Amino acid sequence: MRNAPKNLTLWLLFAVLLLLPFITDALLGRGWVRIVDFAMLYIMLALGLNIVVGYAGLLDLGYIAFFAVGAYCYALAGSPHLAQAFPIAFPDGVHLSFWIVLPMAALLAGFFGVLLGAPTLRLRGDYLAIVTLGFGEIIRIFLNNLNAPINLTNGPQGISRIDPVSVANVSLNFTQKIFGIELPSVHLYFYLFLAFTALVVFVSQRLEKSRIGRAWMAIREDEIAASAMGINTRNLRLLAFAMGAMFGGASGALFAGFQGFISPESFSLMESIMVLCMVVLGGMGNIAGVILGGILLAILPEVLRHSVVPMQQALFGKVLVDPESLRMLLFGTALIVMMLYRPAGLLPSRVRRRELDTDEAVERV
Amino acid sequence: MEIFLQQIVNGLVQGSVYALVALGYTMVYGILGLINFAHGEVVMIGAMLALSSLTAMLGWGVPPLLAVLLSMVLAMLGCMVLGYSIERIAYRPLRHAPRLAPLITAIGVSIVLQNLAMMIWGREYHSFPQLIANNTHTVGGAIINDIQIIIFILALAIMAGLMVVVHRTRLGRAMRAVAEDQHAAQLMGVDINRVISITFMLGSAMAAIAGVMVSANYGLAHYYMGFLLGLKAFTAAVLGGIGNLRGAMLGGLLLGLIESLGAGYIGDITGGFLGSNYQDVFAFFVLITVLVFRPSGLLGERIAERA
Repeated sequence: MRNAPKNLTLWLLFAVLLLLPFITDALLGRGWVRIVDFAMLYIMLALGLNIVVGYAGLLDLGYIAFFAVGAYCYALAGSPHLAQAFPIAFPDGVHLSFWIVLPMAALLAGFFGVLLGAPTLRLRGDYLAIVTLGFGEIIRIFLNNLNAPINLTNGPQGISRIDPVSVANVSLNFTQKIFGIELPSVHLYFYLFLAFTALVVFVSQRLEKSRIGRAWMAIREDEIAASAMGINTRNLRLLAFAMGAMFGGASGALFAGFQGFISPESFSLMESIMVLCMVVLGGMGNIAGVILGGILLAILPEVLRHSVVPMQQALFGKVLVDPESLRMLLFGTALIVMMLYRPAGLLPSRVRRRELDTDEAVERV
Repeated sequence: MEIFLQQIVNGLVQGSVYALVALGYTMVYGILGLINFAHGEVVMIGAMLALSSLTAMLGWGVPPLLAVLLSMVLAMLGCMVLGYSIERIAYRPLRHAPRLAPLITAIGVSIVLQNLAMMIWGREYHSFPQLIANNTHTVGGAIINDIQIIIFILALAIMAGLMVVVHRTRLGRAMRAVAEDQHAAQLMGVDINRVISITFMLGSAMAAIAGVMVSANYGLAHYYMGFLLGLKAFTAAVLGGIGNLRGAMLGGLLLGLIESLGAGYIGDITGGFLGSNYQDVFAFFVLITVLVFRPSGLLGERIAERA
């Protein structure tokens, strides 16, 4: 019974999470439940990136590309879109079940992760950042332009009418009645995302404590020393890329099913940076920190949107600064300030704090 | 053949701008071993500052040529202050921190600058006033205009000037010493903080000129112009061998050529499957190819891994 208090908190947390959509709905309105859903997606993304950046210490600035790969994978395999390009082979488009596409999307994204990881194996951190950034841009340019001569991605217009996710033949896009409780679509997606987030957290936690996770951290601390200790740095770096990418791809497929519409605009560099901000702000390498960062940064823009515009209207009579650029301005400032004063994040992981402690680093030199 | 010559001309002009920006990256990298991610945004701020002051001065009735010169000087000064502050605020406190930290602050600075510029100058494209009669000349079938000639010659002159500064002056010797070994340079009485600040200011001044060149060449300036330009210039620096000044110049010109020839011929090569809208992809492919096969670049020496 030693763990009783801890178990109790866990159960409490579980209960709160189960009731969260209803609480949000009652207090703030249906729109906010949707925002919470997006926050969950971001948390999944951030946890995926945390594997690459937090554990293995590889700065990936093109992470959103994997999200895009997953999203487009489901968009093509679960919408009428392909009927345009291949009217004979797929007269109604492809409509595979989400549960078949999900592992495919994850694997494809993982494959892209290896594809990106392989040429960058020998590079040090800062080169890697630029290459990943370039990779993210390449993917976006291709998504934008692959509408001719064969219309694969429908270019900047994006792909719409993507099939909703269904669980056991119950479509999540319509209000469902379960045990007499009415569950609107956003609530249903919330529970779906909650389940996936829990899975991602579980996997991350297991990875962190595993041999692989410890090897990643050794590589992060000192790659040469790690390889001297017999760690196969090449394979493990590739594995980190692939794992992170798979999480990204899976969340991308979820995103496509949830939105029903995707376009290259959702996969810009700024999104990559936003996810990176979540990881850095919350605390690289620490799951709780990353979740906190994800929640903060996913909710913040909405809060800004609801507060900045009315506030400026009250003060100046017009909107001088739009919330979008203010949000990015805050992100940028937060990145700088965090690195200067609290480099390990809001909720730092213990190892990471030791590593990023500036004074100690000076002593080492 | 005419297309070929035309693409060569375009490539050289664009490449000389890349080279100027690449020098900024390579100088900072040579001395601090740090990728100054925000450098592209400095280019953008330079262009925007020049544009605003130019428009203002033309409004006051300053003669056009003087206005151009004054606004260039203003943009350079503004960018030097900016470069100095970036180093002081975002990089100096983290000089001994792990590599990831200054890289992240650099991204932060870049986002901040971009969004500040968007707040000040708006989201729209600004057209750059055309001041001199832009005569066009035909050389062997290729068309080249006055602005392009000025850009190319000015860029070469600046690069030559930089080489003189680095190789012939006391300051240049100090810069090379700091790049070689910071501690030893400090022991020999070199004020490394001052040298680093000056390096940032030099790079930023060149970035300002490059910004003016780009917007004069295309007739447009935009708050987002710095990002892609910076990325390509960095590619140029890597292609030539980062940390190596001659390499940055060579890499810039080469990248300009690769890009314009690639964009000119990609349609023919792929049978029309890919068009010139893929122009931006070339730089990244070059970057990845170089990093895989010759990470030290064309002119770079093999550098041992720095922890």
